[in-house]
Amino acid sequence: MHDPAAVRKKLGLKLFAVALVFVAGCKSKESTGRSFPFLERLSPAPSVKTNLLELQQDDGQWVMPAKNYASTRFSALDQINAANVKNLEVAWTFSTGHDRGEEAAPLVVNNTMYVVTPFPNVLYALDLTQQGAPAKWSYQPKDLNSAAKGIACCDWVNRGAAYANGKIYFNTLDGRTCAVNADTGDEVWVSQVTDMSRGESITNAPLVVKNKVLVGDSGGEFGVRGSLTALDSETGKQLWKAYNTGPDSDCLIGANFHPFYQSDRGKDLGVKTWPPDLWKIGGGTVWGWISYDPELDLVYYGTANPGPWNAEQRPGDNKWTCGIWARKPDTGDAIWFYQWSPHDLYDHDGINEQILLTLPIRGQQRKVLVRPERNGYVYVLDRATGEVLSATPFAYITTSKGVDLKTGRLIPIAEKAPGVGRVVRMICPPAPGAKDWEPSAYSPVTGLLYIPHANLCEDAEGLQANYIAGTPYVGSNVKMYAGPGGHRGEFDAWDPVNARKVWSIKERFPVWSGALATAGNVVFYGSMEGWFRAVDARTGQLLWQFKTGSGIIGQPITYRGPDGKQYVSVLSGVGGWAGAVVSGQLDPRDGTAALGFANAMSDLGKYTTKGGMLYTFSLP
Amino acid sequence: MKRVLSPWFLVLSLACARPPQTARVLRVCADPNNLPYSNAQQQGFENKIAALIARDLHAQVGYTWFPQRRGFVRNTLKAGVCDCVIGVPSNYELTAETQPYYRSSYVFVARRDRHLGVTSLDDPRLRTWKVGVQMIGNDHVNSPPAHALANRGAIANVRGYMVYDPRAIVDAVARGDVDVAIVWGPQAGWFARQERVPLELTPVSPQIDLPFLPFVFDISMGVRRGDNALRDELDLEIERRRGDIERILDQYGVPRV
Repeated sequence: MHDPAAVRKKLGLKLFAVALVFVAGCKSKESTGRSFPFLERLSPAPSVKTNLLELQQDDGQWVMPAKNYASTRFSALDQINAANVKNLEVAWTFSTGHDRGEEAAPLVVNNTMYVVTPFPNVLYALDLTQQGAPAKWSYQPKDLNSAAKGIACCDWVNRGAAYANGKIYFNTLDGRTCAVNADTGDEVWVSQVTDMSRGESITNAPLVVKNKVLVGDSGGEFGVRGSLTALDSETGKQLWKAYNTGPDSDCLIGANFHPFYQSDRGKDLGVKTWPPDLWKIGGGTVWGWISYDPELDLVYYGTANPGPWNAEQRPGDNKWTCGIWARKPDTGDAIWFYQWSPHDLYDHDGINEQILLTLPIRGQQRKVLVRPERNGYVYVLDRATGEVLSATPFAYITTSKGVDLKTGRLIPIAEKAPGVGRVVRMICPPAPGAKDWEPSAYSPVTGLLYIPHANLCEDAEGLQANYIAGTPYVGSNVKMYAGPGGHRGEFDAWDPVNARKVWSIKERFPVWSGALATAGNVVFYGSMEGWFRAVDARTGQLLWQFKTGSGIIGQPITYRGPDGKQYVSVLSGVGGWAGAVVSGQLDPRDGTAALGFANAMSDLGKYTTKGGMLYTFSLP
Repeated sequence: MKRVLSPWFLVLSLACARPPQTARVLRVCADPNNLPYSNAQQQGFENKIAALIARDLHAQVGYTWFPQRRGFVRNTLKAGVCDCVIGVPSNYELTAETQPYYRSSYVFVARRDRHLGVTSLDDPRLRTWKVGVQMIGNDHVNSPPAHALANRGAIANVRGYMVYDPRAIVDAVARGDVDVAIVWGPQAGWFARQERVPLELTPVSPQIDLPFLPFVFDISMGVRRGDNALRDELDLEIERRRGDIERILDQYGVPRV
């Protein structure tokens, strides 16, 4: 959209001529150091990046939720720094008009901010060149199927949009991917990717790699067969689909597949590591994050839990659930796979973010992939091969003893395995894991990874009658509660080279927001009470905080405004699995609601109320 | 057997004899697509029972439709958009329940022409036959037959079907995809009648598999906790209309134990 030819084509010669006139007229303004941002948008200034590879490195903008393909969520902007952040103030706000969990990251492209709301998934474009950033347009896909609300496990969230080629791409809870003209808000295409009648939905943010939009699915609770789909970025046509269970041909496993560990080698493991036919309903959805390494030309993404099935009914490793893929984006061809939690017992979805770094490991510079995983370990993997270089606990763990680096396998503790009629106490981490989807940030300045996470355990006990779709059964009573120390959340700085915690901030509630790191040595995150906090990147010292209207479970971002100032934005609006007790108005006395999470969150309603609002901050 | 009329019946009759001031609405929440229980065309047996009771209460049935999945009670009864759910387990923690109005069981479903004669979960043939069960997938738990079979080492021969599409598992028996399926009675009874081949339904024994895995459930109507007035009213109706309710359940082939 930003190259001259495209602009001419788009606007037509007539309008282009008008633009030229304006550009000419604008010259004198530029000499005063100010410019018409409106004109900058039309005029193809040479500094404007057109290529997504360059755009993701442009710290003035924020074109994908994780900031860049390496998913560092680090910006080199340093106008706001550890010394002056105490002066940060609200620049403007924007109500999303929704009161479900706001998990998305806003995007900033070409002086426009894009925000996608929870279901019914409205996309707003806000004009950053105007005072107060008024909405330019909004877009909502037609005829959304509200039954999607009934199949979403964990609130009606959306984790954000992605920009490429003049289009904004985002997914809807009812299983579509939408491409919208970033300038006009006109629909370019809509593609139905998943099938709600099979319990499938979409909550993840797409990632655009070359001319492909990569989209994952949700709905592991319903016997969905998880997959990643690549759509043509111009037409929405499906180019490939890689399943996470079933025969090798369905999983796009071919001659190029070379997993590092023996247990991932062999034909059709996606069938053979299951009892007959169970792979057809085996779960392993893709509702989390996708990263991309342009040099190795590999995309990386995790797979969710197997299911829905009691674990004793699915003996075996249940490939390819609870693991991570490296694939070629052009073909979907699998290159390697590693399984965090073979034969998962705890709903420990392996879908968290993967941060791609080059780090000195035992005296050698290694291209690594760092993954703070739901099962409680920070993994450092060689991202070319899938070898585990280290796996170190960052949270309290009672369910496993560690990771055997020779075999790559998690070492489970048998007495913590849940089963019907069995009372098992102190299962740590519980189902949401030591860390759920909320993404970490990495600062190359400090060399530290900033990990938002939970400190929770659960008991599985008792029996209660349950009823679903007209089928009665006896359910186990799962109740979560604070882990050791009594606090339910932490925000940690982690040194991935020496595999150790550097500092840790205790939070009353699980930290369910993303992290943002900046070159100003300030790290941002939000609490579920609604505090948006800035802390010193080296020490964790609290430098500034602001109480937003609702709990924060969104992903903070930063950008350079058309006035040259650095801004920080975050969505406030409690919800998600952890916050459903407020956004879904669950009965806090019913501890088993939200799959037992409500027990740990029963007091959240005392600290916050629901309501989606975007906040943007700047220095005075 | 004729029931003795309770004094409450007389009180209710008198109350009902009063001309209604404004049309009363019995606000029911139900699944719009879950036969044999209910659907938006009101063809399910719960729809029929709701209509029966509403008539007695000089009320219209007003439906709020919501899929009976996770969050059903939260989004319906607890959200205040309705006052009554026609079918819930009698010891359901999420609602206050009336007395039970039927008791059903999980049943073995097999083709009659196979003459399998299976009655017990301990039948050794369940380890080798292809056995269909429904799966749920919440909170580490599953349907009672799924657990009972796993506890007996029947794993590789078990096939799973979604609870959200009960027709599929009964179809699988009729087609011969599985030798036998273990299905909740009301669903088995209804869908077995739609099949072209005769199917045989046999209640599962034991009724409670040890240590505590019940295959038999009492079903009540559910109201919001604290709404004792409506619960008492519905309790009286269940007493009064027991015979009619039984006839409706028979029409839909609901096995009772």
